[in-house]
Amino acid sequence: MTDLFSKFDPLIEMRANLLASGVEDPFSLVMEKVLSPTVAVCNGRETILLGTYNYMGMTFDPDVIEAGKQALDDFGAGTTGSRVLNGTYAGHRAVEEALKEFYAMDHAMVFSTGYQANLGIISTIAGKGDYIVLDIDSHASIWDGCKMGDAEVVPFRHNDIEAMEKRLKRIPEGAGKLVVLEGVYSMLGDIAPLKEMIRVAKENGAMVLVDEAHSMGFIGPNGRGVAEDQGVLDDVDFVIGTFSKSVGTVGGFCVSNHPKFEIMRLVCRPYVFTASLPPSVVATACTSIRKLMHAGNKRAHLWENSKTLHKGLRDKGFQLGTEEPQSAIIAVIMPDLERGAAMWEALLHEGLYVNLARPPATPAGMTLLRCSLCAEHSAEQVQTIIGMFERAGKAVGII
Amino acid sequence: MDRAATAAKIAALIEPFNKKGVEVTDTTTFAGDLEFDSLTVMDFVAAIEDDFDIIISMNQQAEIENYGQLIDAVVKLQG
Repeated sequence: MTDLFSKFDPLIEMRANLLASGVEDPFSLVMEKVLSPTVAVCNGRETILLGTYNYMGMTFDPDVIEAGKQALDDFGAGTTGSRVLNGTYAGHRAVEEALKEFYAMDHAMVFSTGYQANLGIISTIAGKGDYIVLDIDSHASIWDGCKMGDAEVVPFRHNDIEAMEKRLKRIPEGAGKLVVLEGVYSMLGDIAPLKEMIRVAKENGAMVLVDEAHSMGFIGPNGRGVAEDQGVLDDVDFVIGTFSKSVGTVGGFCVSNHPKFEIMRLVCRPYVFTASLPPSVVATACTSIRKLMHAGNKRAHLWENSKTLHKGLRDKGFQLGTEEPQSAIIAVIMPDLERGAAMWEALLHEGLYVNLARPPATPAGMTLLRCSLCAEHSAEQVQTIIGMFERAGKAVGII
Repeated sequence: MDRAATAAKIAALIEPFNKKGVEVTDTTTFAGDLEFDSLTVMDFVAAIEDDFDIIISMNQQAEIENYGQLIDAVVKLQG
């Protein structure tokens, strides 16, 4: 018998070697208590959270929590059904209305996760004979959506407008074209030149899908994302987003002005063949989204935090993923996985949690310590974080 | 362009990516013999696409494991 698990042997060995060096396992941390959007207890130690994507700190918003409790009382713990059968409650409609208002778009469709939103929309709209042209650094859910569909998949170098244009121009006459981009790329925290890329896509007759998972809530005048910020949201055919970042719960969505969009509810398999979100989740999401429409002050504070941390870490001598802060993600580049894991552990002992990111999730084989800031981090916490990085960086020999 | 001319062009294009100077024949594999990682594959494919003005989609790349198959595919894609 061939052991089907033998293909994982190299990874098992790599992991064993890493743990044999005595380092704490970076991929099995348990949050024992969560005290606020920015503080939890891990291994009995109070820890500042700097790797949660909880950009707007909505997880503990009193109105959000109250809405969830009320929905639990009124509608129960779960729907036990598909959106197209018994799984659409008043709350599912209400959160879709909130999304339509938030983005000022005609249609909104809520999925059980952001992963499923990309998987479902991409695999359904781009079929056999169509072409998907996408950035090579796209999120796994985008790649999986491509793989699940039958379209021809054509990647181009990250944020390279010319490479994208060349590929679009080579697509056979008459074929359907979908360009897939992200507003913020989550590994390095850099943004896409959407204005130019969308112009080129449209000139070449392509429809455009933009994943704004990491920009919703705080980039753009109304928090609609990078496309809004660059003044091109009207040219985006499909915006994909998530409730598991700024919104502070779980779920995914697509908003669109396409006149035929509602047919997606019948033909999109990751929407149809899974249970819908629990009533408490859609209630918290709905309340959170409506509050995010009026969160200008929080957005401003989050930008201050991002700029302060970026400058602070750079001044201490760390190598960062972007020259300037472009989002609420600051990626600190590590020389290799071993020292990255050692630095991650040193930070945890200081009382700071960040994400350790490694290939294949990262571009160009990099090991990153990825920091994501929250609007609820105080200015003092950010200074504390910079001090922790300095001490850990010196202890591990990175700076 | 016939197979020989296509092969000659690809031989020139692969040179900067063949860092270890592996001897390349029709049966040389990209992942195994040449040890191309995903980024190298993307850059190498882009070089061929730009030179021949063709698209080699990821779906087509999945069918191409060795050098001979690549030449055959590029000959075919030129129509």
